[in-house]
This record gives sequence, structure tokens and C-alpha cells, in this order.
Amino acid sequence: MLNREDFEIFKTGLIYFDNAATTQKPKQVVNEIVDYYTKYTANAHRGDYDISLKVDEKYEGVRNKVKEFINASKTSEIIFTKGSTESFNMIVFGFMAHYLKKDDEVILTKSEHASNILPWINLSEKVGFKIIYLDLKEDNSFSIENLKQKINKNTKVVSIAHITNSIGDVRPIEEIGNICKENNILFVLDATQSIGHIKVDVLKYNIDFLGFSAHKMLGPTGVGVLYGKEELLNKLVPLEYGGGMNIMFSSDGKYELKELPFRLESGTRNIAGVIGLGAAVDYLNKIGIDKIHEYEISLKKYLLDKIKKVPNIKIYNENLDSGLLLFNVKNYFSQDVAIFLNNYKICIRAGNHCAKMLQEVICSTNTCRVSLYFYNTKEEIDILIEALMNQDKILDTLV
Amino acid sequence: MDVKMKRDIILDNYQNPANKGLPNDSTYIEVNSRNESCVDNITVAAKLVNDKIEDVKFDGDACAICTSASSVMTKELKGKSLEEAEKIIDNYERMINELPYDEDVLGELNIYNEVYKQPSRKKCALLPMDSIKKIIGDDE
Repeated sequence: MLNREDFEIFKTGLIYFDNAATTQKPKQVVNEIVDYYTKYTANAHRGDYDISLKVDEKYEGVRNKVKEFINASKTSEIIFTKGSTESFNMIVFGFMAHYLKKDDEVILTKSEHASNILPWINLSEKVGFKIIYLDLKEDNSFSIENLKQKINKNTKVVSIAHITNSIGDVRPIEEIGNICKENNILFVLDATQSIGHIKVDVLKYNIDFLGFSAHKMLGPTGVGVLYGKEELLNKLVPLEYGGGMNIMFSSDGKYELKELPFRLESGTRNIAGVIGLGAAVDYLNKIGIDKIHEYEISLKKYLLDKIKKVPNIKIYNENLDSGLLLFNVKNYFSQDVAIFLNNYKICIRAGNHCAKMLQEVICSTNTCRVSLYFYNTKEEIDILIEALMNQDKILDTLV
Repeated sequence: MDVKMKRDIILDNYQNPANKGLPNDSTYIEVNSRNESCVDNITVAAKLVNDKIEDVKFDGDACAICTSASSVMTKELKGKSLEEAEKIIDNYERMINELPYDEDVLGELNIYNEVYKQPSRKKCALLPMDSIKKIIGDDE
């Protein structure tokens, strides 16, 4: 257990195992947001008065924090968005729509999140490029061999998650990044599930574009990041036009846009959200991302050891190295198990976890998902195990 | 009816559902419904003859409440006129949504009269009705 006292919500006895959906927020993040709303509310990049200048300083300060956090080269490569979904839509419809041609190929896998599949399907209908779904290994993890086999002269993009939200496999992104670089392929990384859990380093892993959401790394909802190499972001055509992103416009139809990053941030941004994201980055840095990962893995091992002793449990991702466990209780529907666990104040997710194609790969369409974070404890896992030992009571609370 | 009896009927309809399995017959109209939390997934198939539900079946992958409610629904609607069916559906939805309703028309569907106590279950209990409403054209 790390820094649990910073999370007010746990004083209620809540056991929160749905961290892949969103994480809880420490008081340091909440306080930063409250400070903005109570002590220096003003718009960014506008005023000549003190509190507006303070907003600029804070907002642009976060850009620098994020740059350092993911090891980007320049702050202009960090664009604040509404979240991963917007980041991916910008990559696909703002850049790829002008880059990909009819016979090109884009490599994805069937375990990607909807936000890294649906934009591609939609664009391919218009442009005619081909989406290649890479076959997964027997344990549903990523196969470097299959990637090497599928690459050909038409392959232009590989777009995958660092860690999948559906299975929890950690992809070998350093190797994938190298392969992409050697073959002149753009490497797009969905870091939504990995950010805040393991180190993300865009330079080391040769990442061309990357997206993530603040709310999965202790930050607020409604804010996220798009990273892109500067030369690529310069070619990204804005999907939104308006205030904050232009230098001039006139009635003869002339207009001029600002430089990066501002030309991709139209309108008043989610300033409070960005400031909250900055506090989340500070918080994670203070604990240390390696320490978080190490703790999560030790907790997952504890969970695995215990849950394997519970009768009638089928585990779907035993050997994958993240804090995510998928299971079912034999003869019970996943949602009935989740609702039963709610009686113990245990929050887990039931369903197909927004990766609807994966049911074509794993035999079960619906599973229970436990996703751990650094504030979870062995004691909480013991309560989960005790509840699962009472599995004959799962349907007792139907009415 | 006491809670235990209600639970037993629900469990029985979950473990041994009536009218389960789709007919593979083009004279039936089929409609699939899924709930927003992407879990329950139910298809209802009904054969309508002369403004009457001559037969109704269902299939799918869903929780105990959704599966059992689909089973009980098919039993209650089979053989009913469309007008009677609409009345049952309307009163059932009113019951689940805690609005005044006529329990006399609901038959065995009355076992779901306490589902409202578990808000997360309401959408499960309502899902089969979404399909049948589309089939009989009562989804305006």
C-alpha cells in the first residue's frame, strides 16, 4: 500500500478494483483544481493582469511537466485534448486522412480499445486503405513474429496499446518501435492504460504519435494529451477552428493560424483539468513510476496465488505482466458476480471492456475484471477472496 | 409473494428458461438489444399473426435478471393480442420505473416488483421489452 491516506474515498471502506476504467483522485489533485476555481480563475493566454498571467504560467507549466514525464523533445509536441478518444481522432482524421492512400496498410490488433479501432475503420471506408488485424499469441498477447511477417512495402502505420485494457498484456514497445523505425512505419501508441503504471518514453521507444487520458492516472476527467513528433504535428490539420488558435482572419477569407501547440488547441481549454493533470504528474513523480509498477506486480502475484485456490474460477490472463486480472466464476454470469461483490463494497468491472472484437478471439464474451493500482492492499484482496469463497450466495440478492 | 418465492421463480427461469432458442424461421421478426454497459445481449423473435403474438422466443448471453425476465416475458406475451401485449409492456415498465401500475395485467412478471431497489438491475429487467416493443411497433 502506497500513500493511501491521500485518498479520502477509502475512509468509507470502499474497495476499488476498477482502476482500468478510471483511478481515484488524491487530495493533492483535487486541491489544485479547487485552488484554480477559488483563487485565480481566469482564461489562459489572454489577460494582462496578475491572475491571468498565473493561469498561463500554471497551464504552460503542465505542458512542460508532461513533456518531461513522457520524455518528449519539446513542449510544442504536447497538445491538451479532452482525452484519449479525441487524441486518436485527431491523429486519424487530422493527420492520417491526409497521409494514407488507397493501397496502404495499417496494423492493429483485435484487443485494441474502441477509440483505437473505430476511427481507423471510419477513415478506411473513405480512403480505402487496408486494416490488418495482427494475430495474437495463444495467451492473447502481442506477437513480434506476427508483426514482422505482416509488414510489407504498403505498411504505413502500426497503432497499438502499450497495455491493453481488455487483457492487460504489456506490449514490447521498444522492439516494436525499432521495427517501425527500420521499416519507415509510423508508430502510434495508445498509452491510456500504461501511463501512470509504467514508464512511457517517447524518444526511447521511437513513438511518432501517442495519446492518453488524465483520469486514468489520478487526474480529472475531460482532459488528455496528444503527443506527436513536431514535424508530424506540423502537418496535422486542425479538426476544430475558432478562438485561441488563430493569428488573424479577415472578411476576404484570409486567415493565419498560430504555431504549435496552440493551433491545435482551439477555444478555451479545460484549464482546471490541465492544472489537475499537472498535480497528478507531480504526485506520480513523487512516488516514482518504477516503484508503482513494482508494487502493482507484487499485488497481482498475491491476488493470483489466492484466487487460484478458490474453486470454480477460470482465469483468462494468468501470465501477463500488469495489474489486471480477468476471470469468471463457473456457472455465473459476470455481471451477477459484479453485483454480488458490490454487497462487499468491492468495485469490479463486468463485461467485454470496450474491446468488442476480442470476443472473436477469447471464447468468453464477458468476464470479470479486477484492475489494481498502488493504493490497493493485500487486505482488500483477502476480502475479495472471502467473497468469492461464498460464491454459492451470488444469486441470493436478486430481489 | 415473499422474497424467497420470488427468488426461486427468478432462479428457475434463469437456469431453465422457457422459449429459449431462436426459431430460424423467416416468418418471425427478430430484434437484438444490448444494454449500455455492454453486458446483456438478448435477441427476441416473435411471430405476429392477425394482430396477435402467436409465438415468441429469445436467446442471448445475459445476467440472471435479464435472462429470467426474458423467459417470463415470453410466457406472458405468447398468445396475447398486440393491444394486450402493449398494456403488459407498459405496466411492466411503469413497475420497474417506480410509477403507478396495474399489477393485475402482469401475471408472473410481478416477481420483478422489487428490482427498483437495485438500480443497476433495472436496465437488465427492461432489456427484453426493448426488443419486443420494436417487433410490435410500440417503440415510439
